[in-house]
Amino acid sequence: MRVLIAGVSGAMGRKLALRLVAEGHEVVGIDRRPWDGAPIEFHDVDVRKRAAEEVFRRTRPHAVVHMATVTSLAVPGEERHRINLGGTRAVFGYSRDYGVEHCIFVSRHTFYGAGPDSPLFHTEDEPPMELNRFPELADLVAADLYAATALWRSPQVATTVLRVCYTLGPSGDGTLARFMRGKRVPISLGFDPLFQFMHEDDVVAALVATLSKRPRGVFNVAGPQPLPLSCVVREAGRIPVHLPELVIAGLLGRFGLPKLPTGALSHVKYAVVVDARAFREATGFAHAYDELATIRSFRAAFPPH
Amino acid sequence: MLARDVVDRLEIPFDALGVDPYGASKPHIRVALTALAALYRHYFSVETRGIEHVPARGRAMLVGNHSGGIAIDAAMVIVSCLLEMNPPRLAQGMAEKFIARLPFLGEWATRGGQLPGLPEHAERLLEDDRLLLVFPEGARGTAKLFHERYSLVDFGTGFVRLALKTKTPIVPFAVLGGGEAFPTVLNAYKIGRAFGLPYLPIVAYGVPLPLPAKIEIEYAPPIWFQGTGNEDDEIVFDHVRKVKATIARMLTAAERSRRGENGGAR
Repeated sequence: MRVLIAGVSGAMGRKLALRLVAEGHEVVGIDRRPWDGAPIEFHDVDVRKRAAEEVFRRTRPHAVVHMATVTSLAVPGEERHRINLGGTRAVFGYSRDYGVEHCIFVSRHTFYGAGPDSPLFHTEDEPPMELNRFPELADLVAADLYAATALWRSPQVATTVLRVCYTLGPSGDGTLARFMRGKRVPISLGFDPLFQFMHEDDVVAALVATLSKRPRGVFNVAGPQPLPLSCVVREAGRIPVHLPELVIAGLLGRFGLPKLPTGALSHVKYAVVVDARAFREATGFAHAYDELATIRSFRAAFPPH
Repeated sequence: MLARDVVDRLEIPFDALGVDPYGASKPHIRVALTALAALYRHYFSVETRGIEHVPARGRAMLVGNHSGGIAIDAAMVIVSCLLEMNPPRLAQGMAEKFIARLPFLGEWATRGGQLPGLPEHAERLLEDDRLLLVFPEGARGTAKLFHERYSLVDFGTGFVRLALKTKTPIVPFAVLGGGEAFPTVLNAYKIGRAFGLPYLPIVAYGVPLPLPAKIEIEYAPPIWFQGTGNEDDEIVFDHVRKVKATIARMLTAAERSRRGENGGAR
């Protein structure tokens, strides 16, 4: 199978590409970020530009994995909007025009939002909540919903939208891993939400299972059970520092803490946990790393200093 | 029995860190039980009757009256299932939604297996064969004043539909004495809202701590309703009335014997 990965230079994109190559698939990668020595056909092009369409037209991929979204909140809002929405529209447009059979959009479980009234174990039919509190998430939510419209706009393309929980592992990449890079990790005093995460190799396995089973629709993707944030931090060998929310808000962007909009704080106060039963049933996916093995793999690669 | 032994014998899928998939945590339950067991045994001298009616395994719904302005009633029912059952069971309540917003309280509620009161949570726990604790009177039930302590306010109907849909037996229970332990004379709604609470219960003696009144808990035999959960309101109301009547009967009988014991004094 020929698979085109948009956003291949990210940690997850590279892992997926290597795994697919090892399994004998042909992989074409697109990214503006460089990947030196990439063992695949690599194109340094912007998905929204004409040159990207040329790659689709020429290579005629059977399947497309779209992970060229910007989640980093450090990128200015307008730029994020352009990449996340404009890019998603372009990828689905090319997929329709150049005979792609299966298109996967990699979304995030934070789609559902974190709030005191939101249920544990979100199911796919739930609308996104708490956008008013965290408007910076709007472009990712819109991209997720837009991708799903391909299900009726381009029925000839099997479309899968995956809402993947946090990832953790030796690459140290991802929101949760970056939050725990330092020796001390701030926790909102009196709040200790459940965090749902899976090993990055399991995310790759979930993507491979999706490519092979081609389920149509929107699916939550998760592995082992969630854990309270303080447990994750302690098992990672870090020191949880319980601080009042206002103090954390003031510290953001200083002392090695990531610079986040204040709306992001709701994600360290309240849980976002998804029900991934539908995905397991549709693909037969089962995680290989439990929650402890996942944390330990991160800890081994990034020992507390 | 020590709190540690009780928690170790819970038949809940805790992981290696002692956390279950809903965030209930063995260490937290142990700490809470140590404190609450002392209150249960020595402060409120709780008397529990009919504990054999609570199923040892499988899904079940404990449905009872609210007694007392703060959640002593729920806490004592939970402790009774932990201390009096063999093996112990963790009753999982549907906490008032404001609790999740409050620091510490929300955290401890979740770690103790007490999730915010959402229909999604109730259904999921039952499908997971847990023991659900429901107070169909809701917050209006805890707002009962001292002189209303043996009465029941309107029951919601959601619990019956859920029991029908998930094929869950309902175990009615009655709690007495919470009204004496926490004799609310007035509920300050405006002040409460300023603190993010639905209301602030005020007691005559000022300090909002419960008195050492004797608390009684009585469980009735399980009731099985047959159906799908999509029945007409009339049928559901009938079922609700049946559960409510069972609880009212237990309350009246227990109140009568309570008055007798106290030599007719209230």
